[in-house]
Amino acid sequence: MDAVAETRPPRPLLEVEHLARHFTLGRRGLFGGNQRILRAVDDVSFSIGKGETLGLVGESGCGKTTTGRLILRLIEPSEGVVRFDGRDVRAMGAGELRALRRDMQIVFQDPFGALNPRMTAGELIVEPLVIHDVGDTVSREKRLRQLLDRVGLATHHAARFPHEFSGGQRQRLCIARALSLDPAFIVCDEAVSALDVSVQAQILNLLQDLKHDLGLTYLFISHDLGVVRHISDRVAVMYLGQIVEIGPKGAIFNAPAHPYTQALLGSVPTADKGRKSFFTIKGDVPSAANPPSGCRFHTRCPIAQPVCSTTAPPPVTVSPGHTANCHFAKPAAS
Amino acid sequence: MPLPKPTAVPPAAPLLEVENLRVSFGTTEIVGGMSFTLRAGETLGIVGESGSGKSMTALAIMRLLPFGGTLTADRLRLMGEDILTADEGHLENLRGSAMGMIFQEPMTALNPVLTIGDQLMETVRRHTGIGRREARDRAIEALRRVGIPSPETRVDDYPHRLSGGMRQRVMIAMSLICRPKLLIADEPTTALDVTIQAQILDLMADLQSEYGMGIILISHDLRVVSAFTDRVMIMYLGRVMEDARANVVFDAPRHPYTEGLLASIPPVDRDEVRLKAIEGMVPPAFAPPPGCRFEPRCAYARPPCSTAEPPLVDLGDNHRAACIRNTGYQFRQVP
Repeated sequence: MDAVAETRPPRPLLEVEHLARHFTLGRRGLFGGNQRILRAVDDVSFSIGKGETLGLVGESGCGKTTTGRLILRLIEPSEGVVRFDGRDVRAMGAGELRALRRDMQIVFQDPFGALNPRMTAGELIVEPLVIHDVGDTVSREKRLRQLLDRVGLATHHAARFPHEFSGGQRQRLCIARALSLDPAFIVCDEAVSALDVSVQAQILNLLQDLKHDLGLTYLFISHDLGVVRHISDRVAVMYLGQIVEIGPKGAIFNAPAHPYTQALLGSVPTADKGRKSFFTIKGDVPSAANPPSGCRFHTRCPIAQPVCSTTAPPPVTVSPGHTANCHFAKPAAS
Repeated sequence: MPLPKPTAVPPAAPLLEVENLRVSFGTTEIVGGMSFTLRAGETLGIVGESGSGKSMTALAIMRLLPFGGTLTADRLRLMGEDILTADEGHLENLRGSAMGMIFQEPMTALNPVLTIGDQLMETVRRHTGIGRREARDRAIEALRRVGIPSPETRVDDYPHRLSGGMRQRVMIAMSLICRPKLLIADEPTTALDVTIQAQILDLMADLQSEYGMGIILISHDLRVVSAFTDRVMIMYLGRVMEDARANVVFDAPRHPYTEGLLASIPPVDRDEVRLKAIEGMVPPAFAPPPGCRFEPRCAYARPPCSTAEPPLVDLGDNHRAACIRNTGYQFRQVP
């Protein structure tokens, strides 16, 4: 597994370059006044190889969810390029985009909010096939049974409504629905965050099995570092709309180079050490509408120097495939 | 910075005594057979998944069960005082001054149309009867103590002006402003980001070493609880499955549910190829399994498990577990 993680696959399935999304905040006051621009995602670039899982981790408001939606064009990007399998997603017309959605799917955090409460599980799973006009009633019925089995639900579950399912079962239902069109790429946006830990482990195992059996590629968005470590091959850490560190998961978790990544990891109470100290960083995440100058992390960074508040740090390659945007990251020896 | 050790307290009267506490709604038992004691300065963690009854336990101790809930117990005493039979007027005096509570979502626990100062002052004045000016000074002092920057101006802010972490600090300030002896924190950091969570836990540990109150920390997150508490109680479907020192729970769990819970958590500090998930799901509280509550999902289950509920057995060294594997039952073959 690690061998896969350490070498970067030759041809990425998804390429994201300088992706940005700016939201204009409402004019304030009677006469308009200054417009404020919120840079939810600001100059984000990464790629995901076929069959690879990229974990996208960060605290609330860092732009990880927006990034996921920009890739699927559920939100229109302001700037940047998204290429899926070599095709420019932003240049696609409505028809092309619709066809693309067969290849790219998303699983959300709240499975209850994502499911129409008046449709049965069977109808929900088959709905994408109907929308995309795939197969006939008989073949859809067959596909439904396949999918139920695939995600660990029983055939009799098809006649039930979403409210009759537990949280874990609902998430299985959402996964079955996402799989119905045989996608190559799935964005999992906090897909296991709302689940109890014993159920979360079941769903994580399911996602891993599906990836292995169907050759899926995931963008796995989560705030939970343990979950991200478990499921990802590579990990990107976001802070205030930007990726501050990206690399193979082993490098990110065992040798984090960015102070923010170090702080995130230090803040996690580790299970098996019992009562232990936390490494805490001061302050709250600043507002994305008014991000700090220079390095955006400098207001909370324990090693910040004067340069950090004036100059945005360029990415520094600390080891092959592992870069950190920090003035004080040690570059690779080569 | 290392968490301060809880101050040693002589084994005098316990702060809180709970014996055979039971919470039910109609015929459905939500919590049953719950017994523990908590001393001043001690921290007890209660861990469980949704439906385990951990929050209901907290509400029962505060005598704040929602409508329709019935509470019975052989003993429920706070500082030797019987809470079970206390009348509502007396309970109102106790809540806030003798026992405080912090909830998961500070935005719903704070009144959105009152400034945080008003809300803090209300608490102090209700319990001490001091004047407005003095109460305001104490509110500002309390905000300063929980690390809110420029408390003199923040005191006049409304809750929506604060971030989630800051709101939780206000909640802590409010629950501690009258120096209660018992603090119940129900998922206090669940809605917070991990860096903010660490700050809040740090603050709670600081305040505990300063004020010496007993804390019950309720969470679904075994990692949070273990890092913060001396003792952990694992709950499942209304029952205590295991009760031990935090490090013992991790290093030598004696209940299959604890074991399964630990194996379900993806570790942050090492790689795990595959998680050993617990099969199935939590049965509904209105139709619990007849024997051991965990039996339908237990990898070690044997015929006797489905017929009788195993008692919580003392294993020595303050370790209790409710599994027949600990009571001399011999398995021919371990799966």
